[in-house]
Amino acid sequence: MNREMNVGRFDKEHFDALFDPRGVVVAGASTHPGKFGFVALHNILSSGYEGNVFATNRDGAEVLGRQTLRSVSDVPTGQADLVFVCTPSASNHEVLSQAAAAGIRAAFIASAGYGESGADGAILQQQLVELADDLGILLVGPNGQGLVSTPSSLCAQIVAPNPPRGHIGVASQSGNFVSSFLNLARQSGVGISRAISVGNAAQVGVIDMLEYFADDPETSVGLVYVEGIPDGRAFFDRLCAVTRRLPVVILKGGASASGARAAASHTGSLASNDRVFDGMCRQAGAIRASNLFEAFDTAALLATQPPPSGARLAVVTTVGGWGVVTADAVADTNLDLVDLPGDLRETLDALLPPRWSRNNPIDLAGGETKDTVADVLDAVVSHPEVDAVILLGVGIQSNQARLEREGAFFPEFGLDRITAFHDRQDARYADLAGELSIRHDKPVLVATELAVGDPSNAAVAAVRSSGRYCFPSADRAVRSLDLALRSAQWRSRRGLPPETGRSA
Amino acid sequence: MTRTLSEAESKALLSPFGIPFLPEANVTSSGEALLAGTELGYPLVAKLCGDSIAHKTERGLVRLMIRNGPELEHAVDDLLGKATTEDGEVSVLVAPMVEATRELIAGITIDQQFGPTVVLGIGGIFTEVIVDVAIRLVPITEIDAAEMIAELRTQSFLDAFRGEPEVDRVALVRILLALSDFASTHPDLVSVDLNPLMIVDGAPVAVDALVEVDDRSESGAR
Repeated sequence: MNREMNVGRFDKEHFDALFDPRGVVVAGASTHPGKFGFVALHNILSSGYEGNVFATNRDGAEVLGRQTLRSVSDVPTGQADLVFVCTPSASNHEVLSQAAAAGIRAAFIASAGYGESGADGAILQQQLVELADDLGILLVGPNGQGLVSTPSSLCAQIVAPNPPRGHIGVASQSGNFVSSFLNLARQSGVGISRAISVGNAAQVGVIDMLEYFADDPETSVGLVYVEGIPDGRAFFDRLCAVTRRLPVVILKGGASASGARAAASHTGSLASNDRVFDGMCRQAGAIRASNLFEAFDTAALLATQPPPSGARLAVVTTVGGWGVVTADAVADTNLDLVDLPGDLRETLDALLPPRWSRNNPIDLAGGETKDTVADVLDAVVSHPEVDAVILLGVGIQSNQARLEREGAFFPEFGLDRITAFHDRQDARYADLAGELSIRHDKPVLVATELAVGDPSNAAVAAVRSSGRYCFPSADRAVRSLDLALRSAQWRSRRGLPPETGRSA
Repeated sequence: MTRTLSEAESKALLSPFGIPFLPEANVTSSGEALLAGTELGYPLVAKLCGDSIAHKTERGLVRLMIRNGPELEHAVDDLLGKATTEDGEVSVLVAPMVEATRELIAGITIDQQFGPTVVLGIGGIFTEVIVDVAIRLVPITEIDAAEMIAELRTQSFLDAFRGEPEVDRVALVRILLALSDFASTHPDLVSVDLNPLMIVDGAPVAVDALVEVDDRSESGAR
């Protein structure tokens, strides 16, 4: 049984015990490197966690060079707040009782053999929850893959990777989706605050995690994957309360066939499950993403840049074709590729050769001298009639520099000096995009396929080291900006203050 | 068991909530119909009306473009003659004939996960092919209703069109709010169809209404 809806049953102390424990116990640590009980302990010990780490093993064997305890009863009282359970389901009632006696207030159950495995497992799961309820233990799982909490350098999960620290809070009904989001965090450098797989969501579910994230100073955006929602109405009401405080990006899997109850009505035949879910998200002010990349892109944008205060977008590009494609992508959105204001056009006229596009997208037409890109970007971002900017074409010079450094003529013929110059210039543009975004409180998105093609590229590396997200394509930048805009418009229509990105 | 209410009964339930309907008369004989016809003015529409008659058009129980008294008499007698014993008690609804180039569809449907929802869509015979629809959970606010209208993909459908004014969005918001209020106050509700919601001189008018209720909850056996 999935019990997604247990409104406010646990206080902040219990969630602190889960995400920022003073100590962790791995119940069922194994000597076999292929077993969850080995991997979980390995990941905790390898992630830099500074709290106490205990491990139990039925035989008291040494695991990873550490002496284990024979049972959780041997954990000194008050030394641990979280137990990570890898023992077989039949043992777990005892494990929970012993944990409670040792002062432990949170349990993550990785063990399988519960609701997912049939009727007997479902009964066992229900008994486990009842016991946890009686003991006052916050129980996550069972059948979950674990949790990550970067402020505590805690990587208590049976999967990889250990992501960089950041402000995205992940909660998922699928453990593998947590991994997917963490992989993208690691690749892009835009980090994670907390991430948790709720498994069978026996006692608490995704919405409980979102409620915790909403008040968590480490988290500035929630990123969730859901499949089934057993009590939709309560989920909606709680989601509405969360989105007032925290932007939430939702990725949903599985469109089940059953839809509306009505048989006679025509409207009923229009209201498929998926369309109802979509309307629910829009009404609650949650951002629904259509795929993994869109979900992460948008969460990464919201976690690292201010929201757009309006629809007026300017695109700055050093290459014509990308500007054209970006304009195409804007056509399907709420964004407005703004006609350049007269004074801005005059400013750009003075900076660019006569052949520049003279409109938006602002195509520099290859007329760059040393300071052109920087001067144009500054003029565009600072203009009061521009709400958001997408910068295309950075990384081109340093990409050539790489080819030259790897070529047969390096470093002669002045190549060492020119490659260093190219790298500096690209890094400078990327840095400037970040500085201008902060100075003018507007989103300035950098997009280049080098983000995946060559992450070591100077422009990409500079965006990354500024803590921002380098979008892998202009249309993905447009899509995420559009979703962020819709969220901002939803807030503004309801008189809510703009999302401030508390920790960004 | 769910039960559909007659068109007349459906309209009588919805009308106090502010759903705009045409003036009409519910008659049981051609004599009554003639009196009503004079008052309403021709051309008229006549429809057979009864609790179990959910899909009138499919059964050929609608007469359009009735231009005078003799045509009305003939239509009413013919419709009453088409009623079967399964239809139970029947009457004939007589209403002014309106024509519209644009139709919307609106209503209430109960989602298994999320409960009662308000639905707005582009109507007409291609409704289920085009599927341009916006859905929200009951209750909705005025802002939600305005967002539903703005969410329809075919926005140009709502603009001024072939000499007709743009659709009165304020009136449309009121209809969506009325549906939401109706659903909030009727826990026994299974569905509401306002189909079609015709756009007459820019104003949305519900030309038909179908309310479906759950009998068990109505008899207090919830």
